[in-house]
Amino acid sequence: MGTKVNLISGRTIVQGQNLDNKLSEAYFNEVATCELNGSDMEKLGVAADERVKIKTSFGEVVVKAKEKAGTPEGVIFIPMGPWANALVSGDTHGAGMPSYKGIDAEIEPTEEEILQVKALMKTYME
Amino acid sequence: MVEITDVVCSLCGCVCDDIVVEVEDNKVTKVKKGACAVGKSKLMGHGRIEEPAIRENGSLKACSYDDAIKKAAEILAAARRPLLYGWSSTVCEADKVGVELAEEIGAVIDNTASVCHGPSVLAIQDVGLPSCTLGEVKNRADLIIYWGANPAAAHANHMKRYSYISKGYWTEEGKKNKKLVVVDVRRTATAKMADVFLQIEQGKDYLVFSALRALLYGYEDVVPDEVGGISKKDLLETVKMMKESKFGITFFGMGVTHTRGRHNNIVNAIEMTRAAHTHTKFSIMPMRGHYNVAGINQVCTWETGFPFAVDLTRGYAWYNPGEVSATDLLIRRECDAALIIASDPGAHFPGESIRHLAKIPVIQIDPFANPTTEFADVVIPAAISGVEAEGNVYRMDNIPIRLRKLVDTEYIADEEIMKRILDEVRAIREKGGN
Ligand code: SF4
Repeated sequence: MGTKVNLISGRTIVQGQNLDNKLSEAYFNEVATCELNGSDMEKLGVAADERVKIKTSFGEVVVKAKEKAGTPEGVIFIPMGPWANALVSGDTHGAGMPSYKGIDAEIEPTEEEILQVKALMKTYME
Repeated sequence: MVEITDVVCSLCGCVCDDIVVEVEDNKVTKVKKGACAVGKSKLMGHGRIEEPAIRENGSLKACSYDDAIKKAAEILAAARRPLLYGWSSTVCEADKVGVELAEEIGAVIDNTASVCHGPSVLAIQDVGLPSCTLGEVKNRADLIIYWGANPAAAHANHMKRYSYISKGYWTEEGKKNKKLVVVDVRRTATAKMADVFLQIEQGKDYLVFSALRALLYGYEDVVPDEVGGISKKDLLETVKMMKESKFGITFFGMGVTHTRGRHNNIVNAIEMTRAAHTHTKFSIMPMRGHYNVAGINQVCTWETGFPFAVDLTRGYAWYNPGEVSATDLLIRRECDAALIIASDPGAHFPGESIRHLAKIPVIQIDPFANPTTEFADVVIPAAISGVEAEGNVYRMDNIPIRLRKLVDTEYIADEEIMKRILDEVRAIREKGGN
């Protein structure tokens, strides 16, 4: 079982620069990532650019770990996009808005590959 | 080479309108000034959807505009509960035809507000919005609060053009005489610039708004030593800054709308603004994301009475976010066809909702290929609004601004694509006698 964390998502500059370029390498390198605090990375035993698997009750996804000092312990940040959203429930609690932030998740190191955007979309077509 | 001045950026809700570009051989070759890194990337352009296409046996086959539009019209005319979604990265003129199409075929029309500031809309309908224009912020505000928003990444010119770093009529000294407060879960690039950074525990926004309200009304005794990870000392300092300011403003982002509490958080933020009015002038504004999400909310409201999540299947407008908003409709697997324009639910909807969208016939209208293209059945490339096509958009403070056309194109503009689909749909319905 992985370590319990609180998952949030949001914008980054490079994500914004590639909004119209989402099938690119630049978008993949920026958005298929997960920012964590250094001490959380140490506890998990992952170094920068190593892969982590994140699971929620709605899905799981593999992304690259990135150290980010401003992220509080126990919180992970994935730039908004297909990888973050693979973990999000569609339930809007009657308000129209899914819970994109504050999702209970588990994280663990992995050797599994990160899905490219096209492969990730294919999983929805099965 | 021609230099074009007063170019308007069609990316984020700042809608910067003082950009200078160079155009050569019908291409934007240089962004000389005015745009941020994100806007510059938009103006310089990316790879395009080259031709209209229809999916056959699993892969997209190029076709003519006529064929793609005809196919799109057939799908929509045959659908029993179609969803028309997006509308935020195009111009109001196209949005208007979109509402007309929704009325014609009895569709649900929704826009990206339902996954960004939908909760803000609900809160505003509840308690109103004491707001102002960005011009007033620039010329008057001496206290800026960014709450759950990181303009350094998402609206990179916001501080420079309108808020903390800008210089205006009564704020000619710029940030020297201004204060910046940032409330966020992460110490973001914006937070690093702040005079006071309140690092809030994720999901505790409602509590902190309540504490600030209590302090602004003078009830210090009811506020505990720590609220949502923020010390009472920091809360008191923030309140002192609010009281001492001549004109304060809170800009809030998706850190507040995407979080537990949703519209209730915003109601409380607006009530905090009211509490501040007992001391000074204070205003509040949502940091709208897409450059024209405010515009589709305007158009949808003029045309139907409601800003988003409008169901027109009954023959009259039925507004109920949470029931007929796009993600809810998809989760319940209710819609049987979708038209997606100027947005990318493949990238920005929860996986759970994409699962249904990927299985029904989808028409995509967009200049660029994106995750939605992967499962779209009809793909119609559009001219880029603000580069290849002009039209009206609404900035985040609901000021209308006209996008300029910079270069010529063979691609058809969204408005015309929508009109042609509407004409085809009407022709099919007339033939069918319904
Ligand atoms: S701040 Fe927004 S509108 Fe202004 S240039 Fe940047 S992306 Fe464009």
